[in-house]
Amino acid sequence: MSMETIDLLKERFADAVEETHNFRSDHTARVKREAWLPVATFLRNEAGFDMWIDLTAADYQGREEGLPRFEVICHLRRMKDGARIRIKARLPESDPSIDTLKTLWKGADWMERECHEMYGIDFKGHGDQRPLLLYAEFVGFPLRKDYPIGRRQPRIPLLGSEERRFSRPEDETPHGHLPEDKNNG
Amino acid sequence: MGIEQKLAGVDFIATRAEFFINWARKWSLFQYPFVTACCGMEFMSTMCSKFDLARFGAEFPRFTPRQADFLIVVGTVSHKQAPILRRVYQQMCLPKWVIAFGACASSGGFYDNYATVQGIDKVIPVDVFIPGCPPRPEMVFDGFMKLQAIIQAEKLDTHTVENKYRTLP
Amino acid sequence: MNGTSLVNNQENVLETDLLEITLGPSHPAMHGITQMLIKLDGEKIVSCDVEPGYLHRGFEKECEDHRWNQIFPYTDRLNYVSPIINNVAYAMAVEKLCGLEVPARCQHLRVILSEMTRITDHLTCLAAVMMELGAFSAFLYFVKARELYYDLLENVTGARLTYSWLRIGGARWDIPDGFVEQSKKAIPETRRILKETDGLFTKNRIFLDRVVGVGAISQSDAISYGMTGPILRSTGVAYDVRKANPYAAYDQFEFEIPVGRNGDCFDRYMVRMAEIEQSLRILEQALVKIPGGPLSVKDPRFTLPDKQAVYTTIEGTINHFKLIFDDIHPPKGEVYAAAEGGNGELGFYLVSDGGNKPVKCRCRPPCFAPMSAVGKIIEGHMLADIVPIYGSVNMIGGEMDR
Repeated sequence: MSMETIDLLKERFADAVEETHNFRSDHTARVKREAWLPVATFLRNEAGFDMWIDLTAADYQGREEGLPRFEVICHLRRMKDGARIRIKARLPESDPSIDTLKTLWKGADWMERECHEMYGIDFKGHGDQRPLLLYAEFVGFPLRKDYPIGRRQPRIPLLGSEERRFSRPEDETPHGHLPEDKNNG
Repeated sequence: MGIEQKLAGVDFIATRAEFFINWARKWSLFQYPFVTACCGMEFMSTMCSKFDLARFGAEFPRFTPRQADFLIVVGTVSHKQAPILRRVYQQMCLPKWVIAFGACASSGGFYDNYATVQGIDKVIPVDVFIPGCPPRPEMVFDGFMKLQAIIQAEKLDTHTVENKYRTLP
Repeated sequence: MNGTSLVNNQENVLETDLLEITLGPSHPAMHGITQMLIKLDGEKIVSCDVEPGYLHRGFEKECEDHRWNQIFPYTDRLNYVSPIINNVAYAMAVEKLCGLEVPARCQHLRVILSEMTRITDHLTCLAAVMMELGAFSAFLYFVKARELYYDLLENVTGARLTYSWLRIGGARWDIPDGFVEQSKKAIPETRRILKETDGLFTKNRIFLDRVVGVGAISQSDAISYGMTGPILRSTGVAYDVRKANPYAAYDQFEFEIPVGRNGDCFDRYMVRMAEIEQSLRILEQALVKIPGGPLSVKDPRFTLPDKQAVYTTIEGTINHFKLIFDDIHPPKGEVYAAAEGGNGELGFYLVSDGGNKPVKCRCRPPCFAPMSAVGKIIEGHMLADIVPIYGSVNMIGGEMDR
C-alpha cells in the first residue's frame, strides 16, 4: 500500500527525502521544502492520492537540536484503496515559506490561510493570505510557542480590565514544561 | 418613555403604573437570541416542547434588534465577535435587558486565552448571568424568572438613555 | 425600429451596480456565526466570500497548555451536537500513540453512545434546515426526538450536552441498570417521528422545489476539497471511516452506507435521513448483548485504580496521586487517527515528546472543507438558496473555528 509509495518516493526523490518512518503504521516521509511541490505533484498524479485530508504546521522551538523550527505536515488519502500518507517539510525560522498546494487540491486554500495566520508561514503562490479565523487587527502569530496564551488583543475598548490569565505556566508544577518555558509565560 | 418619566414623580399613580407596566413587560418579552456556540443546543431545547419557554410568553424570537427587547447572549463571544455584540446592543431600543447564558458568556468559561472575551459584561451591561456549561433548561428558567423579578421591581425611570448607556465607552 | 439597438442604447444609459450585502455573523440562518459577504445582481449571487472565525476559541493553544486527559472537555465542545464522537476520535488518537488496547466492553459502549450522538447530530441538522425553509413543526418534532437521547446520555454520563465521558484507555462511568431497556424503547419512538417527518417532506412539492437541484457538487470537486461525510456520500462516493478504517467495535455490526446521486441539497437530506435509520440499526444490534469485563484498560500508567485500592493501599494512593497531578506520558512520536463524525472524517493529529502535555494537538474538522467550497457553490444561485445550501452543509461553529 503506502509502503510502496514511500519506497517509490525514496527512489524518485532520493536527494529530497530526508527521513521516513512508519510509527503506528502511519506512513510518513519528511522531504526538503524545495521538493514540496514536485513530491505533492507526484503523489497526486502518479501515485493516485486524490483526496485531500489535512494541512497543518507545528512549532518545535527549542525542542530538537539541528532541525529547523517549523514543520508543515500534509495528510493525503487514495480513494481507490484507502491508503494514507503523510508528508512533512521543515522550515527555518528566518524564512518560513513553502510552495502552495492550492493548484493541486482545492481544499488546501483555506487550510494554508489558517497556517499562515497562526504560524506566520508564507505559502508562495497562494495569492490570498488574508486572516481566516483571526481578525485583521490581530498582531502576531498565536500558535507559535513564543506567543503567550494569556495575551489579550481586544478589538474594541472593553469595560473593566482583563490582565491576567487565571492560571499561568509559572504557577504549575515543572512536569511537562521544558526549563525554557518559564521565560515564555 | 417620556410619559413614564413624567409620571415617576407622582407616587400613587407611579406605583400603580409601575405594577401594570412591569407586569406586562415581563410576560411578553421578545428575545433576540444571539446564539454563538454549544449553549445554543440547550437554548433550542429550552424553547421547544419538552421545556417550554412559551409558558413565559417569550417564545417568539425576533431576529432583529429593532423589534427585540431582551438580548440573550448564548455561548462564547470571541474578540472578533465583540464589536458585533456591542453594535447589536446599541441598536436595540429601550427598555432592554441582557441575559448572559452559559459560562462562556458570563466569564469566558474555560477559554482563558487570546481569542475569548472573559465575560460579555466587558462588552455590554448584563442583568442576569446563568452559569453552566451548558446550563440545564431548568436553570435557564430560574435565570429567566430572576429576570422577571428584576423587571417587576423596576421603577418607571430605570430605562433612560443615561442609565443604560453610561458604561459603554 | 430595430428592437435590439433600443435595448443596447438603454443599457448604455442605465448604470448598473452589484448590491453588496453582509449576511452578518449574528443571523438566524448562519447557524451560529459565520459571515458571508455577498454581491448580488438582482436576486442572483455573483460572488460570495465566506468569513468564518467568529467562534475561534483557541482550541489548539489550550490543548498545548493542558494535560492529555484534561483535553477531553475541550474536545466535547468541538462538534457540540455529537460530542461523544469527538471524545472517541481524540481518545483513539492518544490510544494509538500509546499503543493501548481498549477492552471490548468499552469499545462496544463507545459504539452505542457514538451512534446516539450521531442521531442527535443529524436530527439537529435536519431540524434547523427545515425550520429555516419555513417548516417549524419539523424542528419541534426532531428536537422532541433528540430529548430522548439527551435523557439516555444523561443517565450514563451525568450531563445533557457536554459529556467528557471518555478517558485515555477507557471511559469514566459504566452504564447504569435499566439503560439497555430504556434505549430499546427510544428506538421505535425515533422511527415513528422519522416516519412522520418523512411523510411531511420527502414528497412535498414545496420542499422539493426548494432543494432539488440546488447546490450540486461534482464528485471530483468534493474529493479535491477534502469533503467527507454526508456531503461526499450525496455525490455518490461511498466513503465512511467506519467501513474504510473500522475502529471501536464497528466491524462487528451490519449497516449500509447510504449514497446519493446528484450531490444537491435534496440528496444530502435523504442521506442524513437514511443515516439516522442505519444508526438505529447499529443501536439495535449493539444493545442485544454488551460484553462484560473491565471498562478501562488495566494499566497503572494510564487508568486510575479502584477507589478501594486508593483508600486502603499505599500503592493505590500514590498511583492515583501521580495520575491526577502528572497525568500520562505517551511515548515520543506523532500519530493521526480519524473517526466518522456527524459531518465526516474527524481526525486528530497529535505530536508528543514524552511529556504530559501535547506538543501539537490538531483537530481536522470535517465541516471546514465544505465551508471553503460554499462560496463557490453558491455562485449563480439565488439569495434564497443560501438557506438550504448552508444548512445542508451542517456547519458547526465549534468544529470549524475551533
